[in-house]
Amino acid sequence: MITQHRVWVYGDNVNTDQIFPGKYTYTLKTPDDIAAHALEDLDPAFAGGVQPGDVVAAGFNWGCGSSREQGVTALKYAGVSIIIAASFGGLYFRNCINQGVLPIVCPELAALARTGDSIRIHHEARRLLVGERVFEIPPLSPSAQAILDGGGLLPMLQRRFAGEVVE
Amino acid sequence: MTGYTFAEKALARAGGVSSARAGDILDAQPDLVFSHDNSAAIRRIFEKSGASRFARPERVAITLDHAVPAPTTQHAQNHAEIREWVRQQGIGHFFEVGRGICHQVLSEEALILPGETIFGADSHTTHFGWLGAFGMGVGRTELAALWATGELWLRVPESMRVTLTGRLQPGVTIKDVSLRILGDLSVQGGRYRSVEFTGDLLPTLTADQRPVLPNMMAEFGAMNAYLPPDQVVFDYLEARRTRDYTPLYPDADAVYEEVYSLNVSRLEPQVALPHQPDNVVPLSQALGQPVQQAFIGTCTNGRLEDLQAAAEVLRGRRVSCRLLVIPASASVLLEAARGGVLAALIEAGATIGTPGCGPCMGNHMGVPAPNEATISSANRNFRGRMGTADAPVYLASPYVVAASAIYGCIADPREFLS
Repeated sequence: MITQHRVWVYGDNVNTDQIFPGKYTYTLKTPDDIAAHALEDLDPAFAGGVQPGDVVAAGFNWGCGSSREQGVTALKYAGVSIIIAASFGGLYFRNCINQGVLPIVCPELAALARTGDSIRIHHEARRLLVGERVFEIPPLSPSAQAILDGGGLLPMLQRRFAGEVVE
Repeated sequence: MTGYTFAEKALARAGGVSSARAGDILDAQPDLVFSHDNSAAIRRIFEKSGASRFARPERVAITLDHAVPAPTTQHAQNHAEIREWVRQQGIGHFFEVGRGICHQVLSEEALILPGETIFGADSHTTHFGWLGAFGMGVGRTELAALWATGELWLRVPESMRVTLTGRLQPGVTIKDVSLRILGDLSVQGGRYRSVEFTGDLLPTLTADQRPVLPNMMAEFGAMNAYLPPDQVVFDYLEARRTRDYTPLYPDADAVYEEVYSLNVSRLEPQVALPHQPDNVVPLSQALGQPVQQAFIGTCTNGRLEDLQAAAEVLRGRRVSCRLLVIPASASVLLEAARGGVLAALIEAGATIGTPGCGPCMGNHMGVPAPNEATISSANRNFRGRMGTADAPVYLASPYVVAASAIYGCIADPREFLS
């Protein structure tokens, strides 16, 4: 399957306070409320302009800083199910996997693409297609891939506690 | 066969396997898991999971610290849901509003010991490396999974060795060393590895000073950080602990992916400029920057010696901008009150707040107005961190923050030190 996505391009070291401000973390609960503040202090145009299927294309160390999961869920609830970055903060990468959001490491994309550009993803071939350029999508660890394939950590837990055998 | 890093040894223990190497994937069973004001949100995830009871309630801790006392009805409701959950689940270790910041309180209570493993729903869980423990931050869903199952998969990290040698000059602190490391190696430098410290500086550090290093390694992007525990740590724990422990040390021939050394003998105080903790310059290049607010506190620098350092600078003087002092715990507050430190700070014009995280993350109290600058003893100065996007935050040691409060601009504390 090949899917096409509009990209939102950001730079290096974007931290979780910029992705979802800490002042909201204990009071906003609904997906719509959380999504409404996505990238509030980084790109005020994002929350109003993002469409389902859009992807983020960021530089190095995307999602550094806090462990707050809304750094991922704010984008997920806004319709972003794939996040591409030159590299990820370690906690952020885990939070992506656990939320069933696909993290793709691609060092080149943020420098190559502009916000509003289209990219394509060939899922089976694990390729990222950007104009004439083709980038390999590096494999995830088997554990991470299994959680992602299972829809995230919560669905995995639900199956486990419903009595299904989960390896 | 080469030796093992601390991370490899600690995670082999937590994973119940005879040995582990970087790159191995295992299910770790931590000795303690904890969360804080985020526990109500974690409860909602847990309740969706299908689990009904905690796997190991005696290994669970919750502190209320991030927005205390509750500033709004919503925050109060959040706390109420957590208290109800603590009762329902029989959670082993619960610490109320005012007891202090999770990392400080769990250290004081000796709930985590050398060689043990602790996962917290907080990025600064790296803090517990000061005790020679493996401390790792996790997300909310991961913490819900830990409540439900008592275990979490992880990949054993590669390690980096940081060697610190020399002696600190008067007025220079381990905070300045931490900032210098970030300035040299950047917030990308840790790359989610185990950062394992060594060197002849470490034994000279007190129990109040040590947590600063592993705490700040969260900003470095480390998975965990580690200081080798010695008599200072053993003495700290002796009167507090309720169980035995076995310290773990990396082997002399352990494999490190990267090594970095710093001799601190000529280091001067450092300042992180807005808006990133690795935007670090020597104090001399930041002098005179106006600030409207100064903040001493947080898990990084809110312990008794930090308040004493501030009092040393401020005793008999007056601040010329707002100074907020928030002890990291009730124990710190009590000791500071008994020893006359609080009196000196209040006489100098400081405002004292409830033990907790204070204005570090912009949830309540001490939020700056637009365009107001704050100098803070915290660990993180991202744009908007303190609740206002256009309010620059500078990071420095308690000495530098106190001196800056006197002048209303970034200042050198050494002129005030005898």
